[in-house]
Amino acid sequence: MTEKLVVVGAGMASGRMLEHLFEADPGAFDVTLFGAEPRGNYNRIMLSPVLAGEKTYEEIVTHDAGWYAANNVDCRFGGTVTRIDRKAKLIVSGDRETPYDKLVVATGSAPFIIPVAGRDLPGVMAFRDLDDVNAMVAAAGKPNARAVVIGGGLLGLEAAAALRSRGMEVVVLHLMGHLMERQLDPAAGYLLQKELEGRGIKIHCKAQTKAVLGDSHAEAVLLEDGTIYPADIVVMAVGIRPETRIAVDAGLYVERGIVVNDQMVSSDPDILAIGECVEHENICYGLVAPLYDMAKVAARTLVKQDAAFRPVETATQLKVTGVSLYSAGDFADGDDREEIVLRDASAGIYKRLVLKENRILGAVLYGETADGSWFFDMLKKGTDVAEMRDTLIFGQAYQGGGQLDPMAAVAALPDDAEICGCNGVCKGKIVGTITEKGLTTLDAVRAHTKASNSCGTCTGLVEQLMRLTLGDTYNPAAVQPMCGCTDLGHDDVRRLIKAKGLKTIPAVMQELEWKTSCGCAKCRPALNYYLVADWPDEYADDYQSRFVNERVHANIQKDGTYSVVPRMWGGVTSSKELRAIADVVDKFNIPTVKVTGGQRIDMLGIQKEDLPAVWADLGKAGFVSGHAYAKGLRTVKTCVGSDWCRFGTQDSTGLGIRIEKFMWGSWTPAKVKMAVSGCPRNCAEATCKDVGVICVDSGFEIHFAGAAGLDIKGTEVLGLVRSEDEALEHIVALVQMYREQGRYLERIYKWAKRVGIEEIRRQIMEDADKRKAYFDRFVFSQKFAQVDPWSERVSGKDKHEFKPMAELGFPQAAE
Amino acid sequence: MSDWIEIGRLDDIPQRGARCVNTPIGRIAVFRTATDDVYAIEDRCPHRGGPLSQGIVHGAEVTCPLHNWVFSLETGLAQGADEGAVRTFALKRDGSRIFMDATMMMAIAAE
Ligand SMILES: Cc1cc2nc3c(=O)[nH]c(=O)nc-3n(C[C@H](O)[C@H](O)[C@H](O)COP(=O)(O)OP(=O)(O)OC[C@H]3O[C@@H](n4cnc5c(N)ncnc54)[C@H](O)[C@@H]3O)c2cc1C
Ligand code: SF4
Ligand code: SF4
Ligand code: FES
Repeated sequence: MTEKLVVVGAGMASGRMLEHLFEADPGAFDVTLFGAEPRGNYNRIMLSPVLAGEKTYEEIVTHDAGWYAANNVDCRFGGTVTRIDRKAKLIVSGDRETPYDKLVVATGSAPFIIPVAGRDLPGVMAFRDLDDVNAMVAAAGKPNARAVVIGGGLLGLEAAAALRSRGMEVVVLHLMGHLMERQLDPAAGYLLQKELEGRGIKIHCKAQTKAVLGDSHAEAVLLEDGTIYPADIVVMAVGIRPETRIAVDAGLYVERGIVVNDQMVSSDPDILAIGECVEHENICYGLVAPLYDMAKVAARTLVKQDAAFRPVETATQLKVTGVSLYSAGDFADGDDREEIVLRDASAGIYKRLVLKENRILGAVLYGETADGSWFFDMLKKGTDVAEMRDTLIFGQAYQGGGQLDPMAAVAALPDDAEICGCNGVCKGKIVGTITEKGLTTLDAVRAHTKASNSCGTCTGLVEQLMRLTLGDTYNPAAVQPMCGCTDLGHDDVRRLIKAKGLKTIPAVMQELEWKTSCGCAKCRPALNYYLVADWPDEYADDYQSRFVNERVHANIQKDGTYSVVPRMWGGVTSSKELRAIADVVDKFNIPTVKVTGGQRIDMLGIQKEDLPAVWADLGKAGFVSGHAYAKGLRTVKTCVGSDWCRFGTQDSTGLGIRIEKFMWGSWTPAKVKMAVSGCPRNCAEATCKDVGVICVDSGFEIHFAGAAGLDIKGTEVLGLVRSEDEALEHIVALVQMYREQGRYLERIYKWAKRVGIEEIRRQIMEDADKRKAYFDRFVFSQKFAQVDPWSERVSGKDKHEFKPMAELGFPQAAE
Repeated sequence: MSDWIEIGRLDDIPQRGARCVNTPIGRIAVFRTATDDVYAIEDRCPHRGGPLSQGIVHGAEVTCPLHNWVFSLETGLAQGADEGAVRTFALKRDGSRIFMDATMMMAIAAE
């Protein structure tokens, strides 16, 4: 008698298995196929094109009625199997029992629905089967329909792109920092986000969903941060869970999935399992390639042939028309690993290969994926690529040639990109003038276009444009690159950030063709500063790109403890403040208390874990952070001035306090220290500061560009102004000019030497419009900068910074 | 033989950041890279004892916050011209859970 084979689940894995089975031995089994969906096997992968309207359901059916009939398969579609009775060797579906000799469980997985309020409302759906697709298509048919897709992985983005192409307004909410973080590194995630945003899809990363709102139907999605997105449908695409319920109930060995051996046999020798519901060697798969391998092995096992399933590498491709994206293998960094990165900003291409001992471990390709399968093939085979290493990244067709173009970033700029910020000169003007007038030297270009004629920050770019227009005949002086990750110098990078409107670190690294995927400790803090300074309202500060002092808002000391310096405005304090400091010192056993050179009090030797508590106590007494750790405004020293001193000409203390209160919290290229003295006797030592004021009878003499550190240098005089208000405006404008032009870690005196004292004087003292514009930009950026970082942290921000992740003792039974 | 102790979850550590684990043999720094790999090394720079957990993380390397030596998180070796090394500790991940191998810790304590 022919044996009875029952298959539970009519999905991609079981369809493939039946094909192999009938091929191997058509008469071996009487087959009964159960499927919960009211239809037979179809190509689930292709649901995305169906949703996008690029394919019809009929086109993706893999096995039709004729095929089942020809192979004598007894189909029970719409029949959910509710129980396996292993003793009696039968399964239960509805009120019918079906006996088996061999059983194959191929139940796939169930979409994960995040457990938030409102998840059961009509209008909330998953993206797993044809019914979901039909529901989405119906919703998209209504005018002005809006969809919120939760999950920025493969599935969510395919849904989002498809719904958008059907005319819906679409928002994607993604928990992580960049899209498809499991398959993509941040750089490729950036490109993908840019592409999707270009199609009108709103992307919200780091979005924590709090609830789905609505009475009788989903109406909106609420995030933890209070943001609300209206929605007619909410698509949950946050992940899948192996569908193992009947296997668990039947007492099979189930971990995350149904555990099988290499032959796809479960803990019951008569029950096999294949597909996404399976766990093999601790791995559950969610892509079809390995499932097809399983299908083949299971078919062979059933007809008693030898076969073994082995874990496989998987590769992913996003199926969104017009987006080319490929990721395979393991693309994590590692020290014994090398990476090869190719970026082509103008073509929107990013390619990254991760190698170990001359073998490919992983590949991420964006924009041009033709070589994906070639790389993947070498990855799987472990091919030694030493021979073609240098040209590997250019792809299969390219073996033998190819050079990176260091000027690609500048070449890719549009004609209206502003190159010289001071004089508002764009690329088209410069290139046009060079050709028209036959210019061949930088000075001539400066004279004719005014580009790079002022602060000089854009000199490097202008020279590159000359090189581009004049060819090799023009040889610009070599610029010092920012670091090993790029050939561009600081000035070029700053100008390009503005000219191209780059607003994130991954954006800068992609568009300026960084040679590494993640930067280094030199360029990351610099880029972070440039972005903070240039886009104060839009840029989200990247704390992981700041040095520890700015991350934990205290100064690290040589033994790894920290020192804390609260602000003491203008160096003035009171008995109440001193008492509060004394109490904190006692309470936390702070070993050293020291008066600093900047007229305030430093508490040294504080354990990192104690910092938030120390700040909390100081905060209660009204103290805020002194930013003694910041590349930013540090102190404004003052003397007692006309309040007390018999020589005092003006209220130097009051002006110092006013300046400090106006400017605290601002980030600058390097630290900024100021001082205000009440008369030329200069007790506050204002003439060796970054910015200083000497009060005189007729007003305020503003000084700048002094130094009293590694270098010693007296200040330069910027000019004399009559009133306190004017003094403030000039000082603020000066600092803003420095903020916009300074290279990271370049102190004011070095910047001034580079740009020229005369030029600074001209812009700040003589050009009232310029001065006002600098002033206004500073005031605008202060809106976002003047937040006391200590009280933020006392109320819980960055909690993780201050607590160990775990405390370990010795393991108990480890003797 | 390995002896795996759970020390926390991936989400406990910021990407391109680190957290510390206090142990009887001192502080161990646990790093998470931009690509979500985790590594554990001794939280003590061989140069002058800087807390490496406080450095900037780039690729699978960290730059010491005190004087900018760069260490491989994988091998613990100083990079570039500097010479020195920190101990590394084996980690294992199961989903988002992170485990550390305690045998190394025991061996050091026994030294
Ligand atoms: C929109 C979308 C796009 C995708 N794109 C890709 C891609 O590009 N590349 C890729 O490799 N993979 C892709 N996948 C994943 C791929 O489709 C799955 O890995 C594959 O379908 C899993 O096959 P399976 O047979 O294990 O499960 P399924 O194909 O899900 O089949 C399982 C079937 O069993 C049924 N079932 C469950 N429980 C029972 C029960 N108790 N009784 C009866 N029947 C039951 C289910 O209804 C289902 O029909 C995509 C998936 C989706 C949803
Ligand atoms: S600087 Fe002049 S005003 Fe100020 S304390 Fe000294 S002498 Fe007095
Ligand atoms: S002078 Fe040198 S040793 Fe003294 S605090 Fe400044 S950096 Fe440290
Ligand atoms: S202590 Fe680490 S580099 Fe000096």
